[in-house]
Amino acid sequence: MNANQAAESLLASNQQKELEDLPKDYPLSTSEDEGDKDEERKHQKLLESISSLNGKDRQKLADRSEASLKVSEFSVSSEGSGEKLVLSDLLEPVKTSSSLAAVKKQLNRVKSKKTVELPLHREEIERIHREVAFNKSSQILSKWDPVVLKNRQAEQLVFPLSKPQSAFAPIEHVVNGWKAGTPLEQEIFNLLHKNKQPVTDPLLTPVEKASLKAMSLEEVKMRRAELQRARALQSYYEARARREKRIKSKKYHRILKKGKAKQALKDFEKLQKVNPAAALEELEKLDKARMMERMSLKHQNSGKWAKSKAIMAKYDLEARQAMQEQLARNKELTQKVAASESEEEGEGQEEEEEPLVPDLVNEVQIKANGLNPWMFRNHFIDAKEAEVQKDLEDPAEPEAQETSESEEEKAVVEEETLLKEFEERRSLRQKSELNHMAEPVHRRVTKDPSSQEVLSDLRALCQKLSTENHQSGKQELSSARTAQREEPAREEEEPMLLQRPERARTLDELEELGREGCVENEELPRTAVEGLQLEKNLSNHIGAPKEKKRKEQMIDLQNLLTTKSPSVKSLAVPTTVQELEDEEERDQRQIIKEAFAGDDVIRDFLKEKREAVEASKPKDLDLTLPGWGEWGGIGLKPSAKKRRRFLIKAPEGPPRKDKNLPNVIINEKRNTHAAAHQVQVLPHPFTHHQQFERTIQTPGSTWNTQRAFQKLTMPKVVTKPGHIIKPIKAEDVGYRSSSRSDLSVIQRNPKRLSIRHKKHLENNCVD
Amino acid sequence: METVPEPGSNVPPKKDRLQTKKKKPRRYWEQETTGTAAGASPGPPRKRKRNRELRPQKPKKNDTSKKFRMSKKPRELKSPRPQRSLSGAQDPFAGPAPVSVEVVQKYCRIDKSKELPHPKTKTRSRLVVAEAQEEETSVRAARSELLLTEEPGFLEGEDGEDTAKIRQADIVEAVDIASAAKHFDLNLRQFGPYRLNYSRTGRHLAFGGRRGHVAALDWVTKKLTCEINVMEAVRDIRFLHSEALLAVAQNRWLHIYDNQGIELHCVRRCDRVTRLEFLPFHFLLATASETGFLTYLDVSVGKIVAALNARAGRLSVMTQNPYNAVIHLGHSNGTVSLWSPAMKEPLVKILCHRGGVRAVAVDSTGMHMATSGLDHQLKVFDLRGTFQPLSARTLPQGAGHLAFSQRGLLAAGMGDVVNIWAGQGKASPPSLEQPYLTHRLSGHVHGLQFCPYEDVLGVGHSGGITSMLVPGAAEPNFDGLESNPYRSRKQRQEWEVKALLEKVPAELICLDPRALAEVDVISLEQAKKERAERLVRSGAPRAWVPLPTTSHPHCILRSTAPCLRGCCSFHLPPLPQGYDPDARTPFQPKPKQKGRSSTASLVKRKRKVMDQEHRVSGHRGRAGHPKGNALLLAPLASSTCHFSPVSPYPGQNPPEPGAAAAEAREGQAHGGPAVGPGQIRALSQAPGPRRNILSPRPPVGNYPSLE
Repeated sequence: MNANQAAESLLASNQQKELEDLPKDYPLSTSEDEGDKDEERKHQKLLESISSLNGKDRQKLADRSEASLKVSEFSVSSEGSGEKLVLSDLLEPVKTSSSLAAVKKQLNRVKSKKTVELPLHREEIERIHREVAFNKSSQILSKWDPVVLKNRQAEQLVFPLSKPQSAFAPIEHVVNGWKAGTPLEQEIFNLLHKNKQPVTDPLLTPVEKASLKAMSLEEVKMRRAELQRARALQSYYEARARREKRIKSKKYHRILKKGKAKQALKDFEKLQKVNPAAALEELEKLDKARMMERMSLKHQNSGKWAKSKAIMAKYDLEARQAMQEQLARNKELTQKVAASESEEEGEGQEEEEEPLVPDLVNEVQIKANGLNPWMFRNHFIDAKEAEVQKDLEDPAEPEAQETSESEEEKAVVEEETLLKEFEERRSLRQKSELNHMAEPVHRRVTKDPSSQEVLSDLRALCQKLSTENHQSGKQELSSARTAQREEPAREEEEPMLLQRPERARTLDELEELGREGCVENEELPRTAVEGLQLEKNLSNHIGAPKEKKRKEQMIDLQNLLTTKSPSVKSLAVPTTVQELEDEEERDQRQIIKEAFAGDDVIRDFLKEKREAVEASKPKDLDLTLPGWGEWGGIGLKPSAKKRRRFLIKAPEGPPRKDKNLPNVIINEKRNTHAAAHQVQVLPHPFTHHQQFERTIQTPGSTWNTQRAFQKLTMPKVVTKPGHIIKPIKAEDVGYRSSSRSDLSVIQRNPKRLSIRHKKHLENNCVD
Repeated sequence: METVPEPGSNVPPKKDRLQTKKKKPRRYWEQETTGTAAGASPGPPRKRKRNRELRPQKPKKNDTSKKFRMSKKPRELKSPRPQRSLSGAQDPFAGPAPVSVEVVQKYCRIDKSKELPHPKTKTRSRLVVAEAQEEETSVRAARSELLLTEEPGFLEGEDGEDTAKIRQADIVEAVDIASAAKHFDLNLRQFGPYRLNYSRTGRHLAFGGRRGHVAALDWVTKKLTCEINVMEAVRDIRFLHSEALLAVAQNRWLHIYDNQGIELHCVRRCDRVTRLEFLPFHFLLATASETGFLTYLDVSVGKIVAALNARAGRLSVMTQNPYNAVIHLGHSNGTVSLWSPAMKEPLVKILCHRGGVRAVAVDSTGMHMATSGLDHQLKVFDLRGTFQPLSARTLPQGAGHLAFSQRGLLAAGMGDVVNIWAGQGKASPPSLEQPYLTHRLSGHVHGLQFCPYEDVLGVGHSGGITSMLVPGAAEPNFDGLESNPYRSRKQRQEWEVKALLEKVPAELICLDPRALAEVDVISLEQAKKERAERLVRSGAPRAWVPLPTTSHPHCILRSTAPCLRGCCSFHLPPLPQGYDPDARTPFQPKPKQKGRSSTASLVKRKRKVMDQEHRVSGHRGRAGHPKGNALLLAPLASSTCHFSPVSPYPGQNPPEPGAAAAEAREGQAHGGPAVGPGQIRALSQAPGPRRNILSPRPPVGNYPSLE
């Protein structure tokens, strides 16, 4: 561009020079203007022709420019004027003419229109077509998704696809459509209709119904009035309740609550008089409430209010009191409802006083709830007392303990009244002084004399029954229990000690049996011994600590086989045994013992087991090469270090199944024959064998009912022989088939589709 | 009176609705029901189906609170049917019959409490289907309990009265004539103590005296089928699968007779047999011999399946466990050993007594075993895995013979007295506190067996045979297709064919027959491992660095091949595994985007992730089953045993135990063909009385026609 401009400017300067030169050479005169003009032009022409002969300037003269000082008829040049020549300027007439406007407009339009882009490549067009076609067909196909899903999930598919059988028309509907055909039927139905008799339903006739329904006018009125009244009352009551609920006065509520509590107590007393069983239930409820209280955090000085008070308590006496009150309340609420079986502790006291609640009542309670056997353990023992006392001698030292205990309690217990029964036994036992100070106060608050009265008659009833048993049995009971507790210990020390007397006894019995042939039931010793055995077994089997396992196994096994099991007593004793006398049997036992003295069965068995365990253990691999890296020869062993280095420890296998069963050897070998029949590959969707195992839990017809088996073995696909199975159609599954969206059409003649689709697509594209 | 809304009427039948649209002719009961509730007919209102009054659809809820209506299927089947019948009367027991939950629970085989490893969606759907099927089948089975019409009898003493005092004569006096006829004595003093055996149907009785007297009879009608004298000592006698064949253990060999008394076979390979047992589902005759061999003879093909040496001297105590067809042998050293023909060694050996074992019996549920020994003890053992004594009792003179009845009564013969103990229910062990019944015989007991499906105990003794009445001993309901006491000859033959077709292979006898329904995990794991070894990961093959043999002198392998044992650190160990497509890729921490990502931090991160996984898996394992940890650890140990504790390859990272742990935890495998029907069949052929293994098959059809 620059070069061009430079050339132009150069050219222009040349011309100007020429133009400048001209007037100098030829001064213009006006007079000779016309004549001169001609001449001048000619001259000019000549000059030009001459200069055109010059090779350089020839071209320049051919350029046309306009509106320049030099105007030539041959060319238009814009020289001189600053702007470019525009076509419209040329067209612009001097006067505006309408005919040219159209041309101008056309010109404008042509100017505004952009150039048409290049058409796309063929491949690209095809790709677009394909995409659209895919979308379309997938849309069509997606319609079938639910059908496919349903078929996949169906338990059974029946081909050829038939429409689902319309449900069997129930007989009522068949009957409804039925009309009396024969004249006889018509006659009958006429009669029935005439008399308004039920046609199908042999129930009441309308007349009967009406008579049943009927109600006299007075009755109706009365009933209405009643209903009205009830409704009004209800609304009043509701309104009142709402009002009361809105009262904010704390005092009022407190009073209300107190009143309620009083009422409840009164009710309870009444109930006790009338129905002790129900009263006990009430007690139980109280107990439950207590439990709830114990569970909750209420009244524990842990609330927001309590915390705020705690801060204040240091300075504020009232706050302190409030807190204490709350604590006291908590204590009160969580007091145990001890239904008079604080006999254990309050024994001494009970000996002086009469039992507050007769035992009969307590027993009823046990039967009623039977909640926690631990709570009422002594009851069962109580029941057995009569039996127990004869058999068990009372040891002295527990008695002493007991009495000391009771003495301590006495001071407290004196004040105890009815509500003592509701108190927690535990709190009594762990007698901290504070508790003792606090509790009686609470107890005194609740009124005692009345309740004493309440129970007095009940007590009177059972007094006769219970007093003897209680006074004699209580001591015995406690002693019995302590004895029982001690017995196991003693037994562990000397197992034979216990066994011997028992055994002797049974032998005595045997004697008796032999003579009299009658059965004597002495339950107790047997059960006691059994219980002991059980305990022992339990402790041996379960509670065995791990570190002594090996040692205990041996002991255990010994125990297992040597423990004396109670001998049977039966009506008919074998004749041979009958002949046997006591001493004789002892002799026999001796003989047996001697006979088996040599072969220690247990030791043999343990040895066998040890061998089996050893054999089943994986072996270590010793890779030591003697003589390598050190001296070798007879009598020389590779060093321990080396052996240690080249010993490959076998991995420890899973623990044996009989590890904790001393009297059992379980073979750990695999049954390969049976394993050949087991499933060895997991089928596809399962990832874990347990999952698969769960699906094969209902095998065969042997363990299932016939119907269940048939259902289980139902074939997945059923075809009817001799029927053509046609592909599924839209009509089959309830779709309306439209020619456009039906895929079957598409599949049938893809060519047509392509042509049509192309057209369609083209349309789409153009639009 | 209020209308009783029907259950299920909230699903109005479609047809109904259509008809109401068509303006059905109005019925007189319709207007009434729309009127007042009082005095309306019991029929349900049709037009006001959506009425709120009818919504409470569970009027019977309170009385069927314990029961529930299971099985959605039957209800679905019924739903299109309208609730009203033609007469307008209402079905008082609409819907499917209620099934009690406990009964259904009894037939339930899937333990839903057991947690499964988290399944994929596809698997889950399969599991759901399986569970639904199982529930349906158990409901069906529970329903079919309706067909078990008979109830067991029992003897109950008046308050405080001991049932053991009740004599046979009293019982016979009290019962009906037909039952009284079942008590009888056969006085056969001539041919010594008798052994006896009832056929499986309980209809036939065979007995053999020590001095060669063998007889078989239909003991109900007392019709003698055969009577012979084999002129040889008879040790034991046993019916084979039907009453037509009779195996007799004679002094020398084992002989088989038919019901005419014709000798069919003399099996000389079974010599000096002392005891016989027949396993009905396997067609196996188990013989215990004086020579100490336990021999299994397949009577359907006449082949000896297995001859096992018990290595415990003379065998004279044998019984079978009817639940799993395992043979129990009692030995003189106080042990009882359990045998299966598939194993050469005893499956379990239990030390039961100090002295020798005199008698063993196993109850029909296979849960309890009673043993008596020379130490005069009678013990009841728990056979469900622990093999511990549940109760024990010293008898004045130890029991020489024991027998369990179908309902779990235990009979013991002591000298000339038979004591019977009863438990609480069917599957409970007999309590040895108090005998239920006692009976004195005219001679010493030599054989005891409860008759199946009859409340009868047969006792063979030195004075002959006694059949005594024991109320509540036998199963009151029999399966007409399985063992029908009233079957005809034709039926017997048909049953025989069927039974032969369903014969269970002998090798399937194992302690837990349900184990056959489990996947063989060991071979599964093995196959998985092999597959992994076959598929070597294509990328990054590890080059072996064969070192000159001289440089690793300690290795026992003197070749350039890698040392597979990892015994010497000079070799590179092999790749621990090939390529396991199922295995989870081990965690690989991403390198840091910025800054230096030091190796230490990478290792640290790896360690952290590994620890976390380990913790999670350990927890899961503990939650799942007690062996979870052991399972986890075992493969770990095995995988690490390839490597010496010091990293043998200096240039490479040590193998990640985390990866191994992950693999061990996964323990999964894909693919493979589906299970063929043969597997299922194998399971269905599990031994034992089928009624007791999984669930009783209810008697279907074929009711006995009382003759």
